Amino acid sequence: MAMEITQALLAAQSPDGQVRTAAESNLKQFQEQNLPHFLLSLSAELVNEQKPPESRRLAGILLKNSLDAKDSFRKEQLTKQWVTVDPAIKSQIKEALLTTLASQVSDARSTASQVIAKVASIEIPRKEWQDLIGKLLANMTTKETPASLKQATLQSLGYVCEEVSPSDLEQDQVNAILTAVVQGMNQAEHGFEVRLAAIRALYNALDFAQTNFENEMERNYIMKVVCETAVSKEPEIRQAAFECLVSVASIYYGVLEPYMQTLFNLTANSIRGDEEQVALQAIEFWSTVCDEEIAIQEECAGTDEGNSVLHFRFVEKALHVLVPVLLETLLKQEEDQDQDDGMWNLSMAGGTCLGLVARTVGDAVVPLVMPFVQANITKSDWRSHEAATFAFGSILEGPSVEKLAPMVHNGLDFLLSAMKDPSSHVRDTTAWTLSRIFEILHSPSGTIIDQSNLPKIMTVLLESIRDVPNVAEKVCGAIYFLAQGYEDAGSASSVLTPYLGNIITALLSTADRADASSNRLWSSAYETLNEVVRCSNIPENANMIGQLLHEILKRLGQTMELEIVSTDDKERQSNLQALLCGVIQVIIQTLNGSEESLPVILQSADQMMVMFLRVFACHSSTVHEEAMLAIGALAYTTGQEFAKYMPEFYKYLERGLQNFEEYQVCSISVGVVGDICRAMDDKVLPYCDGIMSVLLKDLSNALLHRSVKPPIFSCFGDIALAIGEQFEKYLPFVIPMLQGAAELSTQIECTDEDTEEYVNQLRRGIFEAYSGILQGFKNAKADLMLPHAGHLLQFTEAVFKDKNRDEGVTKAAVAMLGDLADALGPNLKLLFKDCTFHAEFLGECFQSDDDQLRETATWTQGMIRRVLVS
Amino acid sequence: MAPPPDHRLPIKRAAISDQQRRREVALRLQADRRSDAQNRARQLASSVLSLGPEPATEPEVEPEQEMSEASGQLAGRSDLDPVRAARLRGPEVRKWFARQLMLPEWMVDVPPSLDRDWYVFPRPSGKRCFVVSSNGTTISRLRNGSILHRFPSNLPNGARTKDVSGPASSYSILDCIFHEPDETYYVIDMVCWRGYSLYDCTAEFRFFWLNSKLSETGASDPPSQYHRYRFNVVQIYECNLAGLQASYSGQVPYVKDGLLFFNKHAHYQAGNTPLALVWKDNVCSQYVLDTDSKGQIPSQQQVVLELQNDGNLTTSDDPPVALGSLSRDLIAQSGLRVGNLVRVAIKDERMRLVDGKLDLGELQLVGKTNHSRAFADTYSKVLFQHAARHAPLRIEDLVASIQSNSSMDNSQALDVEMEG
Repeated sequence: MAMEITQALLAAQSPDGQVRTAAESNLKQFQEQNLPHFLLSLSAELVNEQKPPESRRLAGILLKNSLDAKDSFRKEQLTKQWVTVDPAIKSQIKEALLTTLASQVSDARSTASQVIAKVASIEIPRKEWQDLIGKLLANMTTKETPASLKQATLQSLGYVCEEVSPSDLEQDQVNAILTAVVQGMNQAEHGFEVRLAAIRALYNALDFAQTNFENEMERNYIMKVVCETAVSKEPEIRQAAFECLVSVASIYYGVLEPYMQTLFNLTANSIRGDEEQVALQAIEFWSTVCDEEIAIQEECAGTDEGNSVLHFRFVEKALHVLVPVLLETLLKQEEDQDQDDGMWNLSMAGGTCLGLVARTVGDAVVPLVMPFVQANITKSDWRSHEAATFAFGSILEGPSVEKLAPMVHNGLDFLLSAMKDPSSHVRDTTAWTLSRIFEILHSPSGTIIDQSNLPKIMTVLLESIRDVPNVAEKVCGAIYFLAQGYEDAGSASSVLTPYLGNIITALLSTADRADASSNRLWSSAYETLNEVVRCSNIPENANMIGQLLHEILKRLGQTMELEIVSTDDKERQSNLQALLCGVIQVIIQTLNGSEESLPVILQSADQMMVMFLRVFACHSSTVHEEAMLAIGALAYTTGQEFAKYMPEFYKYLERGLQNFEEYQVCSISVGVVGDICRAMDDKVLPYCDGIMSVLLKDLSNALLHRSVKPPIFSCFGDIALAIGEQFEKYLPFVIPMLQGAAELSTQIECTDEDTEEYVNQLRRGIFEAYSGILQGFKNAKADLMLPHAGHLLQFTEAVFKDKNRDEGVTKAAVAMLGDLADALGPNLKLLFKDCTFHAEFLGECFQSDDDQLRETATWTQGMIRRVLVS
Repeated sequence: MAPPPDHRLPIKRAAISDQQRRREVALRLQADRRSDAQNRARQLASSVLSLGPEPATEPEVEPEQEMSEASGQLAGRSDLDPVRAARLRGPEVRKWFARQLMLPEWMVDVPPSLDRDWYVFPRPSGKRCFVVSSNGTTISRLRNGSILHRFPSNLPNGARTKDVSGPASSYSILDCIFHEPDETYYVIDMVCWRGYSLYDCTAEFRFFWLNSKLSETGASDPPSQYHRYRFNVVQIYECNLAGLQASYSGQVPYVKDGLLFFNKHAHYQAGNTPLALVWKDNVCSQYVLDTDSKGQIPSQQQVVLELQNDGNLTTSDDPPVALGSLSRDLIAQSGLRVGNLVRVAIKDERMRLVDGKLDLGELQLVGKTNHSRAFADTYSKVLFQHAARHAPLRIEDLVASIQSNSSMDNSQALDVEMEG
């Protein structure tokens, strides 16, 4: 029986905190004590036209939340719960939901349609609720159905399509849905709301229409209706129709050709004259066509088989008319758009699309854009000047360097002087354009920057970094890419040396600016500093970087003094510490590459470590990811000396390893354990009990993000290698984990690339673990691994036969085979004689292009031969 | 205004995001270091190469014996492990590298079977150095361990370019001479390639490996942005008459400084070895006689020796050879300390060979040597310099030795045939 919960639902929305909390806890209690009846009561509330809309709405939301969650683990739990509810009760709930679609209250209808989709997403894949689609369609075919029910029904169909996968519906169901939806779009028969619901439902149903789009007649019909809908009188409907066209371009690019002339006219008219929301979708149509053609070109790159993939070159064919349409949009800026980069309007969408066009067609775009640039860039109104600059900046990626270099060369002086333009829009876009030039076209061997213009560029950048925050941020970007051009350039990076002091000073004071409205400017300044450090010429600048290290440490110290009142303060402090720890990490990695500069780090190691520990200490709940990364770098640099920090550091390391909620932190902490093992060797032993027990717990934790598990296995290998035979006591725990994971990896179904990659990572981790253990035991305890050799060989054979095996797994597997033969020697003679796959496996490795793999295979072959002749 | 559609990145946006990059760099470094650590444990280095480069076609005989030989060599050779050097820091690195070069003795007499067991090539004039490429940089170090250049190159992992295969941390080590006039590294030996040691390989194999591997990398290409200096292989000859002649008087693209002789069967051995020899005369070298600290050829032969605890002056051979001594008074007066390298002049007429040992007679202190000098002269160098001043070993002597060898060979071969 359903229970009366109206009062509780209303009270749970009371402005009085006490009332609210009491009601929430009542509802929660009900839910925990009797979930089926709780759900039934919610659906009874939702369907009851006598109840207030507020309580019905909350009932719907609670129902939805009982069926679905963002977190995949939670979602799985909820699914299991629903499945176990008594079928009689479930059927009452579903009946109530379908009845609600006919409600007079639009909120109730719309909530019900969402809940229906959630139930469908659980039941339809399990081949339950098979009459749902039929029941919904019946609403559409009955003549006397009121418009409100039709609208709610179409909504439900749309949501169902969004929730379930195409393979779960039968083709005749899909056909019926499409027919109903397309009929719903009929202007003569239906009012605004039904038509809007229909076109939105079509958007979700497009994925299901594979078969229908293969059939020319059906495809023509669908496209005709969508194109007609794109010129409906209501802008919401036009917008939804263009959204459908965007989706069609992405899913069914291959069949677009016959419609392109129509589509071009539709989109061009819309971009030129329609309301912004509609025009944005029309631009998005072309951006999507570019995406498709760029993907096709990338796929074909390097092969002669340009024709084996359908490539219609729509963009190239439309270029002469498309580019002018897009250029017009650039002049439609908003007054304050430079204040917000996230702002999406005609000019941003147009520039973005133009950038994609340039990447699609390359050089051909240049002569179509340059006249616009030249005609507008010297005009005095900011719109023309900004649009011209934006157009130029947008086409820098795609065309060849040869084509662009002369224009950039001629225009650079003008751009530099535009950094003093009265309009901040112009300065903002100019700085962005400069950063694009440096990012895409500048390299030490290139001609864009040389000794003749570098002084002027530096002068302008160092002046403009004091401009308003949004411009300053773009200038940071320009400096970042200017420096990046000299990365790995060896002594060529010396050309930056004369400016280095001023650059560092400017970036440090930018990071101090009080006028920045958000953290973004600080963060750009510090991140640019990172790149400047990476690209600076060491040892030439080792001393200056050493001074910078002291300054950064001082600033890190100051963050501990900040007054923390609100959570905002706390977040600000944490962000600042992240940026500063990031700079320190980069300094350590840069200076430890050279023996001249190494002492700079070693001298400050104590001080750095004290700071990192203080950073950890001022966050009670979590461990600072950036500080952890920096410590990993420091451990590698200090080597065995790191042992002195361990007593203090250990508790934070443990906390990081336990932090499964923030899996990035956990993952980085696991990596740091590896760093520490390699730095400290067997001095890490006293901490291993603690570390191992946390790692083992992590592995059994279903809530931990799966990407952390492979590194944990590799980490077992690191620990075993560091402590050798002392690893024996962990073996009874580790081996079952490794075997379980090995088994799991052969059972997971690889339905997508992510899963494929995960299986490979998992296997690589498993092999690295075994390698570390075998190597660690080799001298004294190798026999302990003898009982597992058979399993290991079987597993390796299974991996060998997997066609999805990647090179990383191959390497790890072959190396492990060698380690096995090396450690266990003659004991394995019979095993290796019985299983012959290794010869074939090694043979495959000898064919590889990878020298290291071939040489590892050679070594492994030697080890196995030694066993065979023993 | 609505945000852009989910997957659409606005073209004008703050382009820099460094954090993910820092994370990725850290993960990559960790993976590389793990692979290093495991390879070190595998001691891949020597065992791979003792199995030969073409395992697939190798006959299946006695691999066991080869393997045990390999492990035997490993045990006695702990300080030659180049991967271990990866762990050293700071000054240790310099000391380590200073001990790694194979130093030829000076040829004071002609070794037997020169034509059968030896290679010869004209030695480029320049700075002898070890070139190490790994982790995206290339570093050359002089004999004293100090850095000559740090630069990007086409050697494996010698530059941070994207197309490297294998872990970035695997080492390659070349024995080179940097020739200033054309700014080229002339490679005279290969010690380690992509992390695998060639120490325990014969010179014959090392030269074969050097010639086949170096050309694969593009290291001999002209300098470019990611390849600062060119690496050239020196043409190596069998030490028969033609080879000797070509080395001695043939045209080479570099300034010659004497001839180097390598025993084909010798492994790469750090320190002084009689299995590599250097010889020169005025035709093939501008610098036959040693100069003093001012660059002049002194009238009396000068020798650099190391001052020991007991006041003895010794060569840099292992074990050191004492060639004379300084009195305590003189040591105190000149402010010398144990371990200092001192330059002494030899009074020619007092120097003689007694029972095959050199007796320098009375030594005259000239002064301390400058800092960059890391080692005392070797015994063979003192002898060679002495001979060069009085009774040099001439090219004719070398030719004669080869001629007599070949005739002996023929007769031996005939003998064998007749016996059979």
